[in-house]
Amino acid sequence: MTYILQQGLNSLQLGSIYALIALGYTMVYGILTMINFAHGDLFMVGAFLCFLAATFLHLPFVPTLLIAMIGVALIGVVIERFAYKPLRQAPRVSAIITALGVGIFLENFTLVFAPYPQHVPTLIKNTTWVIGGVSVSSLQLIIIALSLVLMVLLDFIVRKTMVGMAMRAISWDKTIVPLMGIPLNLVISATFAIGTSLGGAAGVMYALAFPVIDPYMGIMIGWKAFIAAVVGGIGNIRGAMIGGFILGGVEILVAAFLPSTYRDFVAFTLLLILLIFRPYGILGKPRPQKV
Amino acid sequence: MSKESSDNGNWKNWLSRQWAKIVTNRKLLPVLLVIGLLLSFAIPQFGLLNQYIVLILIYVGINIILSTSLNLVNGYMGEFSVGHAGFMAVGAYISAILTTKIIPDSLAPWLFPLVVFAGGTGAALIGLMVAIPSFKTRGDYLAIVTLAFLMIVKSLIENIEVIGGPRGIPGITRLTTLPWTFIWVVIAVWVIRNFVYSKFGRGVLSIREDEIASDLMSVNSRQVKMLTFVISSFFAGVAGALFAHILQFISPRVFDIIKSTDILIMVYLGGIGSIAGSILGALIFTILLEVLRPLGMWRMVLMPLVLVVLMIYRPRGIMGLREFRWFVPGYDLIATNLWRKKKEAKDVSTS
Repeated sequence: MTYILQQGLNSLQLGSIYALIALGYTMVYGILTMINFAHGDLFMVGAFLCFLAATFLHLPFVPTLLIAMIGVALIGVVIERFAYKPLRQAPRVSAIITALGVGIFLENFTLVFAPYPQHVPTLIKNTTWVIGGVSVSSLQLIIIALSLVLMVLLDFIVRKTMVGMAMRAISWDKTIVPLMGIPLNLVISATFAIGTSLGGAAGVMYALAFPVIDPYMGIMIGWKAFIAAVVGGIGNIRGAMIGGFILGGVEILVAAFLPSTYRDFVAFTLLLILLIFRPYGILGKPRPQKV
Repeated sequence: MSKESSDNGNWKNWLSRQWAKIVTNRKLLPVLLVIGLLLSFAIPQFGLLNQYIVLILIYVGINIILSTSLNLVNGYMGEFSVGHAGFMAVGAYISAILTTKIIPDSLAPWLFPLVVFAGGTGAALIGLMVAIPSFKTRGDYLAIVTLAFLMIVKSLIENIEVIGGPRGIPGITRLTTLPWTFIWVVIAVWVIRNFVYSKFGRGVLSIREDEIASDLMSVNSRQVKMLTFVISSFFAGVAGALFAHILQFISPRVFDIIKSTDILIMVYLGGIGSIAGSILGALIFTILLEVLRPLGMWRMVLMPLVLVVLMIYRPRGIMGLREFRWFVPGYDLIATNLWRKKKEAKDVSTS
């Protein structure tokens, strides 16, 4: 029992990181119906910004997190302006390929400056308590709590503020809503900034939890978070959160009860089965198709 | 002055007319094929080009097979498959097991075409399995299915100790030669081109434009999808088999998502729904990577930038929706051109 509880805690930690990244995918998809495949690499940039701030500027945790989030948000907005905006009217796949290209660019640009895996210094003094046989570390608690706070904040922004209302309106209809005086480009930039900054925050948390980082770390985690977003129903913000936690849970539980090399195999087979029964994800709704 | 320019125009007109005559003359095609085949034999035999260039030519050939076969699913059928490296892995592993463990070394060069065919067949059977979820799901969800398939293949190979597990299979004999590559490229392009312009090919195109409408027009979409996936994965397996016997070492890491991304880039760089585009895309991608090699690590920084800039200025790729005339049957040229113009006009009107 304590073993299951322990693994449950671990899966919450991993799941919250996946959920934060999946939110970035789903927000961009919701507003532009485009998959931002560079998002996994923006997560990696977040981890590297955390490494830079902690190693060279010797900053404590909170400023490091803010630097990473703001830095990644800026990069995300710049990428949207220069790489995605010219392609808004183009066929959808061109935008996807451009995103893949931007991702490869980010990976290899980082690789030029960091050819070897880098070690991130510890920013949070890690104390471990044992509660009823389950060991709980302060780092785990901070990661879970912080990501929950960020998710609640995001939900609040999307549901209650003017920016969020504009985002939902634009994802509803991109041609009519700008005619009502809503600045399309500004809202899209805001969406990118919020979505990618969550990815940056996830990068910081990941770098603290697993402190060896390399430029290719974003690929696998990015694709997995994309799967989480699809499982939850892509375009649906609460779905992305649920999908992230499900994926984290499945991965950790498989690794807990089977040899860890089977982790990907079982996790992806389960996802396939889920998609057969719910082809539009857990919270996604099939869009009616006109002929 | 004006006379001069009109002369110039006439001269250009004449040249383009002659060019069109040459390009539309189908009798030239077999001649060119024979010349190509003879060249592919002669180059390694007499050492006309150095080993390095021959190697690059073989990689170009393998990449052409990969990009044309992926174009069948992604370009002609309009799906977004990211699992092509998985089919490649299946073909590579089947063929490598055959040549290293089962077939004696002395027989291997003679049985190599059969080995490659076996690799392709294995991949085609797997492709049949991937086609089944595509009946119901489309778009991003099918992308996930193919991605999950790629992960499952990779993870299965890593867990089977008999075939080397994560360490892979070392010491594969180098059996892929330039003539074999050339022959397989011709077979792949020929089969895919004939498929695209066959009855089934029309079905594939109609599924891309609108699946429900094509169902109503009595296109058997399940059959068409299955056939498309089988052909596409067969040639991915063939390419994998050729790839394994030139690289001489395979491991699950070779066939990861990055490999799939490379093939996707070749297809979309060249242009979707165009065989000529796939060939050009593979050619440009492979050669550009080699030409930029002196740049060292900056090569892979520059390459994606080129891709992004190209996508911004030509969103449909180099040959998007266009086709080299040799590939299009005569009766089809007018219809294809009309359709392309309509499609491009629609692009402008929606922007």
